[in-house]
Amino acid sequence: MTNPEPDALQGLRVRPYMVTGGRTRSAVELPLEAIIRVTPEGQKAVDSLNLEPRQIVDLCHQPLSIAEVSAHLRLHLQVAKVLVGDLVHAGYLATHTASADATDRPDLQLLERVLDGLQSL
Amino acid sequence: MSANPIPVKIVVAGGFAVGKTTFVSAISDIEPLTTEAAMTKVSEGIDDFGDAKTKKSTTVAMDFGRVGLSEELVLYLFGTPGQDRFHFMWDELVRGAIGAAVLVDTGRIDQCFPAIDYMENAGVPFIVAINAFDGMLRHHPEDVREALDLPRHVPVVVTDARHRAAVRDTLVALVRHAMTMANAV
Ligand SMILES: Nc1nc2c(ncn2[C@@H]2O[C@H](COP(=O)(O)OP(=O)(O)O)[C@@H](O)[C@H]2O)c(=O)[nH]1
Ligand SMILES: [Mg+2]
Repeated sequence: MTNPEPDALQGLRVRPYMVTGGRTRSAVELPLEAIIRVTPEGQKAVDSLNLEPRQIVDLCHQPLSIAEVSAHLRLHLQVAKVLVGDLVHAGYLATHTASADATDRPDLQLLERVLDGLQSL
Repeated sequence: MSANPIPVKIVVAGGFAVGKTTFVSAISDIEPLTTEAAMTKVSEGIDDFGDAKTKKSTTVAMDFGRVGLSEELVLYLFGTPGQDRFHFMWDELVRGAIGAAVLVDTGRIDQCFPAIDYMENAGVPFIVAINAFDGMLRHHPEDVREALDLPRHVPVVVTDARHRAAVRDTLVALVRHAMTMANAV
């Protein structure tokens, strides 16, 4: 396991949910691998956003997963999920990953595509 | 990459220092990233006056990598420790996952028990991948199967976490197994 510098994570250890106003859920629940990208509305609104949401919108000019957003901005994974969910809800970020269902597995057709992709590596 | 790639994920599980991060690095397009998750629930963890009501939270760090499979498809590989106390994270990790590769060091077989128990109970397609440290296979795969009391349908493969081709073949074996499982439903 890579252990990140303790100092770099200081902010994480101190009450991580401060930036979400204490919420651990958003109106839009996304899986940690959901890929998000800024929308034109998001680009317009970026200057009006608070620090962390603004950083997320700025980062997502390229498609990135929530896990990547969390790692790059050193936000706790759950915090990143709430902030991203809010931004998707507001129309500032777009994703086309359906919310995951408890038992949902990729279907055969998707698995076939994954297999093809791996074999062509 | 297209504007809207579809993400898929695979979990790389196993005991401490079994080679999870090495395995992910060997095939990832990016230097593996680390994200932290905490178990603290908001009702317990947050109040307006500091930490009085805060339960001690468990934090788990996960390494993950990313493999572009095509213009429209991105595979995320999440490496996560196998201890029981991290299972809160696994529920989220395995949701929607293709399946799991459970890495085993045959010198310390028992370290993978929690991961295997978890995947079996959760009904997650998984394979067991023996990480042959230095090319040394200390135990035959069938002996490992027996030691782990694995059902016949669970594949046991030999891998080398440092080599991209071996890692790819391991992932191929897992995806094939997941396809068999999906067909069986
Ligand atoms: N010789 C050898 N060393 C390995 C192999 N796989 C991992 N290692 C080393 O074992 C240590 C632990 O590996 P790591 O990937 O960090 O394990 P993790 O805790 O499961 O993420 C590191 O020093 C690796 O370089 C292997 O196949 N052969
Ligand atoms: Mg590791």
